[in-house]
Amino acid sequence: MAKAKLMDFDKALELFEPVLGFEVHVELNTTTKMFSSAPNEFGGEPNSNVTPVCLGLPGSLPVVNEQAVRYSISLGLALGCSIAPSSRFARKNYFYPDLAKNYQISQFDEPIAFEGKVDVELSDGRIVSVDIERAHMEEDAGKLTHVGGATGRIQGAEYSLVDYNRAGVPLVEIVTKVIYGAEADAPELAKAYVATIRDIVVALGISDARMERGNLRCDANVSLRPRGQEKLGTRTETKNVNSLRSVERAVRYEIQRQAQILSEGGTIVQETRHWHEDTGATSAGRPKSDADDYRYFPEPDLLPVEPSVELIEELRAALPEQPAERKRRLKAEWGFSDLEFQDVVNSGLLSELVATVSAGASPQAARKWWTGEIARIANAADREPTELITGAQVAEVQLLVDEGVLNDRMARQVLEAVIAGEGSAREIVDAKGLAVVSDDGALIAAIDTALAAQPDVLEKIREGKVQAAGAVIGAVMQAMQGKADAARVRELVLERAQA
Amino acid sequence: MTDLTRHTAAELAAQLADGTTTSVAVTQAHLDRIAAVDGTIHAFLHVNPELSLAAAAASDARRASGKPLSDLDGVPLAIKDVLVTTDMPSTSGSKILEGWMSPYDATVVTRAREAGLVPLGKTNMDEFAMGSSTEHSAYGPTRNPWDTDRIPGGSGGGSAAAVAAFEAPFALGSDTGGSIRQPAHITGTVGMKPTYGSVSRYGAIALASSLDQVGPCSRTVLDAALLHDVIGGYDRHDSTSLKDAWPSFAEAARSGAQPGSLKGLKVGVVSQYAGEAFQTGVMTRFRESLEMLAAAGAEIVDVSLPSVEHAVAAYYLILPAEASSNLAKFDSVRFGMRATIAGGGTVEQVMSATREAGFGPEVKRRIILGTYALSAGYYDAYYGSAQKVRTLIQRDFDQAFASVDVLATPTAPTTAWKLGEKLDDPLAMYAQDIATIPANLAGIPGISIPSGIAPEDGLPVGIQFLAPARHDAKLYSVAAGLEALLHAQWGGPLTSQAPDFDTAVPTQSARSVSPTQSTRGGA
Repeated sequence: MAKAKLMDFDKALELFEPVLGFEVHVELNTTTKMFSSAPNEFGGEPNSNVTPVCLGLPGSLPVVNEQAVRYSISLGLALGCSIAPSSRFARKNYFYPDLAKNYQISQFDEPIAFEGKVDVELSDGRIVSVDIERAHMEEDAGKLTHVGGATGRIQGAEYSLVDYNRAGVPLVEIVTKVIYGAEADAPELAKAYVATIRDIVVALGISDARMERGNLRCDANVSLRPRGQEKLGTRTETKNVNSLRSVERAVRYEIQRQAQILSEGGTIVQETRHWHEDTGATSAGRPKSDADDYRYFPEPDLLPVEPSVELIEELRAALPEQPAERKRRLKAEWGFSDLEFQDVVNSGLLSELVATVSAGASPQAARKWWTGEIARIANAADREPTELITGAQVAEVQLLVDEGVLNDRMARQVLEAVIAGEGSAREIVDAKGLAVVSDDGALIAAIDTALAAQPDVLEKIREGKVQAAGAVIGAVMQAMQGKADAARVRELVLERAQA
Repeated sequence: MTDLTRHTAAELAAQLADGTTTSVAVTQAHLDRIAAVDGTIHAFLHVNPELSLAAAAASDARRASGKPLSDLDGVPLAIKDVLVTTDMPSTSGSKILEGWMSPYDATVVTRAREAGLVPLGKTNMDEFAMGSSTEHSAYGPTRNPWDTDRIPGGSGGGSAAAVAAFEAPFALGSDTGGSIRQPAHITGTVGMKPTYGSVSRYGAIALASSLDQVGPCSRTVLDAALLHDVIGGYDRHDSTSLKDAWPSFAEAARSGAQPGSLKGLKVGVVSQYAGEAFQTGVMTRFRESLEMLAAAGAEIVDVSLPSVEHAVAAYYLILPAEASSNLAKFDSVRFGMRATIAGGGTVEQVMSATREAGFGPEVKRRIILGTYALSAGYYDAYYGSAQKVRTLIQRDFDQAFASVDVLATPTAPTTAWKLGEKLDDPLAMYAQDIATIPANLAGIPGISIPSGIAPEDGLPVGIQFLAPARHDAKLYSVAAGLEALLHAQWGGPLTSQAPDFDTAVPTQSARSVSPTQSTRGGA
């Protein structure tokens, strides 16, 4: 995939205003699929999680999953949307082998949720409001695997395999209104917007929200218009963006690519584009015109969805707080500095800290573990911190420190063992005999030995040079093989000096 | 033996109950009758005597142990091929589904089995239920037992002919614009299209989802009601299924047949269904039936449904639109026929070649029509307007039913025509549904019962009654009331008057239509 010629980003911003729009698809983690009793599970043998309904067999009929409707309403409410008292499913007709019925049951002109607003926080703490046009329910398609071609795409493939396990998985598609004025923040806003949607669905517990598995998918629409021009430019829609980082990169790439073409007098083709993580570039997909004719019509096999006011209010009352609101509250509760808090947010570790604190660790201790030792280990292993350890496990290690059982060095050792899967912190402490020596007698004996070896130290301490104690403490810790509480050793050394 | 085939389902049930016959005997008699006459009639696409007899033997065993599943346990049943079955192929009359074995039973089939009914086989139909003559079946036409040179009506010509030719006491049909009622009219039998949502559509291969309804075909009103009682009621697999608690339709039919039941009934005669489109004999028998009703104490009033003049036009936009989408799944990817292309071809080419080869001309015509009607820029003018007409027709009915209990019309304009006569004139074929379509557009129930024989051609004609949605029991009651009067006059069901037909060879005119390609006797 040859990389297109790109204009310098700052130069592009000088000449053009980027205009954005996002379509985020959220796969709901319901027990069963959108319109059938087939299990909604990731993985599994191909075509094992299917019923006649997901295969579109003759005579089969869809039945709406009530859990999916509840989840969709909750999501709509969390996005600040109005919930339609009556919304309707519609058929989107097109032929494609991953679409069992050759139509997708979606919602067209009567979505379940519409007209919302989401506050998105940028890394420097600025809040940008993104207007939501609609959120509608639909079913996912199956998955095609193209075999025998060089690219893994349908062009050039010898044959293709279809797996309908994903066919009929419930989706909510969230569509923003056109976003103006993002300017140089456009790439970051894209990332922050998707991260916010992810935070919302995770807080609601309605999606596993794992982008690498396609639970959360973002189509990013980007167009440029020359400074001073009223008319919007031609847009592209970038798909296959499977991580937050990719969202940011893809938008930045499209701005630079389009700017280069436009500045050379070229025209942008209205099309879908595929993001390639490896090359960091997009490539042309299928032309997409506004006249694409899906022959939508109301789905005659389903009745309109008419949630009661009581249900909507029940779900509204059960909503978790908005991400921005939650951040403000946590920052205040934890007493973090702006820098400390931003560090946590930007590392995407907020929920982990919440879990760690709620399991008994102090906020500062939780922060130090996650942004320090755990981040270091994750970085070295090229993995996500959240994949390594849970908040409860971290809190257990910290509680052992608080109880004086472990000192810092030992605690780091125990943490590594927990990450390595050797057991719980307490199990590891027991198995390795890692508790600090808390017998003052043993410590005093070791201190006396060390003081005898360094007779000038007591003199220096008495003269006020307290830092001289360090040499003795070091010797004692060594003698105790690290299993001593350095703070206690220091106290005892100072006591001896006063004696 | 053949005597048993002359009995109604209700009579057979009584004989099974009192032990004067067995399900095996009854089933064998019908299988023998099928073997004797179906080479001519071609009502069945598939019969499997072994399966039927095994089901019959199981029924007899239940009887013997005093545990019949229902009053109808052991009575044979024919099933329209639009309904999917696990033990017999389900083709909907199309080549594209030739040999298709469904992994699940349609809900109505499950309910029939759970009541102990014995499936005899799958009946012929116009491909995907598109047609009024059964000539559009990919497996050759069905012939009318009253005159084997003539069509049996459609799309459910197979079920109606099977019942009329005593190959089955009753049968399951489906009615999208008249596919149960018009064949009933044409073959001198009874056909009921229930209220939309009163019988599950799950497992009925969809033609037009908002119009399709499964229902019973039989020789008497009581038999239709008995079968409706078995198959009807809420089904969680069909979202459009009504949760109503339905009364016993058999009870309604029995009490309707009692003298005096018609007294005070208000019958509205739809003024739009008269005039030169309607054959003389059709109108003669229709008027006689009205006179009979009046003589029995019913009040006959004229009613106008001004919007029904647009019904056929609206129907032939809504139906093709929904059908074009419903039939998109027949693409060779997951099931059914797959065309092979030299050099393999792309998936689009294989899909296209399969649909080209697998669908008949009427199906293609309607898919093209529907695709066009749904296209951007045309949607409002066609599909949108048609839905508005639908609303107007519903209002017409609401208004009419504010002053009458039921409406009456001739079921269809003409008696059975000759095979091939209207095959090249789709509009003439579509006009056959003029009186039956409005009920589907409005979702209301309609029943057709024989009203006699047209004097000019000796062929049967029917009268249709319509009632408000959910008032299916009213229809059974009224139809049974008139039927009792007519049977008294005729000395039994009209089908008893059907002439014997020559079962030795298909008649000469048969050769003008496509040869029979039956899968019968397979499996």
